[in-house]
Amino acid sequence: MALLEVSHLHKRFGGLHAVNDVSFAVQPGQIKAVIGPNGAGKTTLFNCIAGTFPPSEGRVHFGGQSIEGLEPHRIASRGMSRTFQNIKLYPGLTALENVMIGRHCRSRAGFWAGMLRLPSTFREEREIRERSLEFLELLGVADLAGSEATSLAFGQQRAVEFARALAAEPTLLLLDEPAAGLNIYETAEVARLISTIRDRGITVLLVEHDMSLVMDISDEIVVLSFGQKIAEDTPHNIQQNREVIRIYLGEDDAAD
Amino acid sequence: MTFELFVQYLMAGVTYGFIYAIVAIGFNIIYNTTGIINFAQGEFVMLGGMLAISLHGLMPLPLAIALAVAITMLVGALLEITFIRWLDRPSVLRMIIITIGLSILIREVALHAWGESVRALPYFYGNEITAINIMGARVSPQILWVIGACSLMVGALSLFFRYTLLGQEMRACAANRMAATLCGINPRNMVTFSFMLSAGIGALAGAVMSPITYTEYSIGTGLAIKGFTVAILGGLGSSMAAVAAGLLLGIIEAFSVSVLPLAFQDAIAIAILLIILFVRPHGLFGKKEAAGLKEF
Amino acid sequence: MARSLPLALLAFLVIVVQQVTQWTETTYYLTQLTMTAYYSLVIVGLCLLMGYAGQISLGHAGFFAIGGYLSAMLTTHDLTPHQGLATIKVLDALGLLTTRQDIFGAAILHFTPWAACITAVLTAALIAFCLGIPVLKLKGHYLAMATLGFGIIIYRVALASRLFGEADGISEVPGFTLLPGLTVSGDFASRTSNYYIAWAIVLLAMLLLSNLIHSRIGRALRAIHGSEEAARAMGVDTARCKLQTFVLSAVLAAVAGVFLTHFNGGIGPSEAGIMKSVRYVAIVAIGGMANLWGALTMGVVLNFLSLRGFFGTYDDAVFGIILIAIMLFAPHGLLHRGILRELKTLFRKDDHGAA
Repeated sequence: MALLEVSHLHKRFGGLHAVNDVSFAVQPGQIKAVIGPNGAGKTTLFNCIAGTFPPSEGRVHFGGQSIEGLEPHRIASRGMSRTFQNIKLYPGLTALENVMIGRHCRSRAGFWAGMLRLPSTFREEREIRERSLEFLELLGVADLAGSEATSLAFGQQRAVEFARALAAEPTLLLLDEPAAGLNIYETAEVARLISTIRDRGITVLLVEHDMSLVMDISDEIVVLSFGQKIAEDTPHNIQQNREVIRIYLGEDDAAD
Repeated sequence: MTFELFVQYLMAGVTYGFIYAIVAIGFNIIYNTTGIINFAQGEFVMLGGMLAISLHGLMPLPLAIALAVAITMLVGALLEITFIRWLDRPSVLRMIIITIGLSILIREVALHAWGESVRALPYFYGNEITAINIMGARVSPQILWVIGACSLMVGALSLFFRYTLLGQEMRACAANRMAATLCGINPRNMVTFSFMLSAGIGALAGAVMSPITYTEYSIGTGLAIKGFTVAILGGLGSSMAAVAAGLLLGIIEAFSVSVLPLAFQDAIAIAILLIILFVRPHGLFGKKEAAGLKEF
Repeated sequence: MARSLPLALLAFLVIVVQQVTQWTETTYYLTQLTMTAYYSLVIVGLCLLMGYAGQISLGHAGFFAIGGYLSAMLTTHDLTPHQGLATIKVLDALGLLTTRQDIFGAAILHFTPWAACITAVLTAALIAFCLGIPVLKLKGHYLAMATLGFGIIIYRVALASRLFGEADGISEVPGFTLLPGLTVSGDFASRTSNYYIAWAIVLLAMLLLSNLIHSRIGRALRAIHGSEEAARAMGVDTARCKLQTFVLSAVLAAVAGVFLTHFNGGIGPSEAGIMKSVRYVAIVAIGGMANLWGALTMGVVLNFLSLRGFFGTYDDAVFGIILIAIMLFAPHGLLHRGILRELKTLFRKDDHGAA
């Protein structure tokens, strides 16, 4: 059974039909990519899946349950974690604290427990800290744990954001343009990292602009153009697909 | 309720409605050019009234009002230049707190300058007991002055924004600040103008309403919250809708007097504000999508 | 623990100040210091809401007033005329009512201070809860105006209700006996014990709040302040967190209202006024928003000066000026955490002004 199933999803903003009847499925253990030119509706699609805003129509099933219209934090606690196109770390918090927020849905101490500092919260807090450090180590930025997250270099911020998303121990990881703003070495590093993540049993759905990254690591690719799905296939076949070439390279080139 | 009483309530409602609408338009003018709500808007109305009353001792009434409006406009411009102009992309919270601080400051200056006493301008025509007959109801001619002055202001403003270069520049700035800058408009000057304009219309309303509503140093906050209610009710940024919303609120308030104690009259406006904020933050007449694009 | 150090320091200071006033025979300062403590309680609660959860409230004096007014009304309103009612009998049987003599010697039947206190605080919590659900969905100007509106309604109700004494407020509020021998009242003899009661409550609140901000929830609050969208995406139930914080800060304000009212022996509508709310916001802003200890320090200093009449008739104006000056020149407050760092750069580079 598919881990994530998107069926006939629509999203309209006033007159703009940003996502138009998109359906696809993500199998467990897959790396699946959504590509498309600027303004194709990739991020909107993502936001509909993650619950940032509800879709206008259509269904989203995650782990067999319908999740469309749920609040993002409910979707997150069901095991879907995400990163953002323009990195969204919490200013004023250290890198470690940022990752610790990632463990929010894997811990439970509430308002009273926090105020009264019960022994159980003490233990839980220690566990959160240790696990978060592990994820910073996995990303190779454990030495930055104490620095303010938003003052780090761009690549390091990406790493911290990755660690934060992984700290939630998701079953599905949504990556919104993980290579945006990175140089080719860092992009290669991200590619390696995504494969590592998949090897840990986490399913990955990513939106990406960088074709080389997508072609190298994805099992399957969905192509969007003007909000509609125009192709869904393996990277090899996508590269041969005339329609895809046409929207990426323009009308004239495809006609040759 | 007799028909005469009905007309009387209606006229009172319309009068107050226009005053609220003017305050709301003041909010809108500044909101459109800056994206901030000027919490000191009510203080401009108070200043206009107070200044006109003081100046009236020295000069004829029309001159006193004109000078009061001019001084208030100057105050508005000075406040903007001193406290707001040089801030680099301030956060909403910061702007809220600064304009609240300004409103306190103006109020305190007024308290020390004029004391706590309640003042009023004389009636423009006749006196307290002069009344004219409208559909059987006896109403003060001052009411007509208020309604007339406020509708003139609304009309003049819409002409100003539509046909004058300055008005068009201000609208351009409100629509797209960056594009306006590229066309050679200085957005900072437009913000100063918007403060002057809001201060001016507030002051004029304050002077004209003074004979019937009276003026004291502390009337600003109440007017501000009602003006804001009206601005929200009409949809923030839309001045014509503010007039409709203002009349609606004024009339609701006027008629509520017959069922509720006077002291709770303010609570009605605020209750409406709260309900509108929860149910339709884009206003009765505003479009939902447009509201969604604004920074809430 | 580094966290208990400021608490120990505060406890130490509280004792030292009391001892000093005793030696120098200036114990009359203790009265203002007690009142200061209660106002500071409102401020640290608001600091949690504004600084950590990032939600402005211009109506916190309203919660203070709900606490104070309800407690005052319940402990002074004579129930003797309604003695026959079944509910009154039940309340009496539960031990929630008590009889005392008013200044004219007539016996009046009213709620016990404990019952009144708990009712008042629970009511404030309930109102905060019901108000918070819709209000906290709003942001920026809308939240500011909605909370301001709430504050004005409370003020108007206090001013317009016979039950709450209209413009005169409620006086003759009896003392609140917490434990036998420990009474919150303006009684001259119990000035020192009242001083300690007030500061013990502040210490307790500071302990709970500093625990909270260093806990999982506190971290989530700071995350909401930083980026609400990202916090939600990480599984933080932002609406719930904000609501809980709102209720907690309202409860602190209400507790302060109850205790200060019993201490002063009365409450007037000015306690519910907008200027009070604005003043609380000003103090939190000066203290550095997300800085409990900064807010407490500023709360103590400014409230004490204000209560001593230091600002004279310019009391409100001073707070207005402070508010503007802070927001113009130091939007992160005077006592925020980066201040040391900024001072260092200031000394290192002479040509570089304070940011």
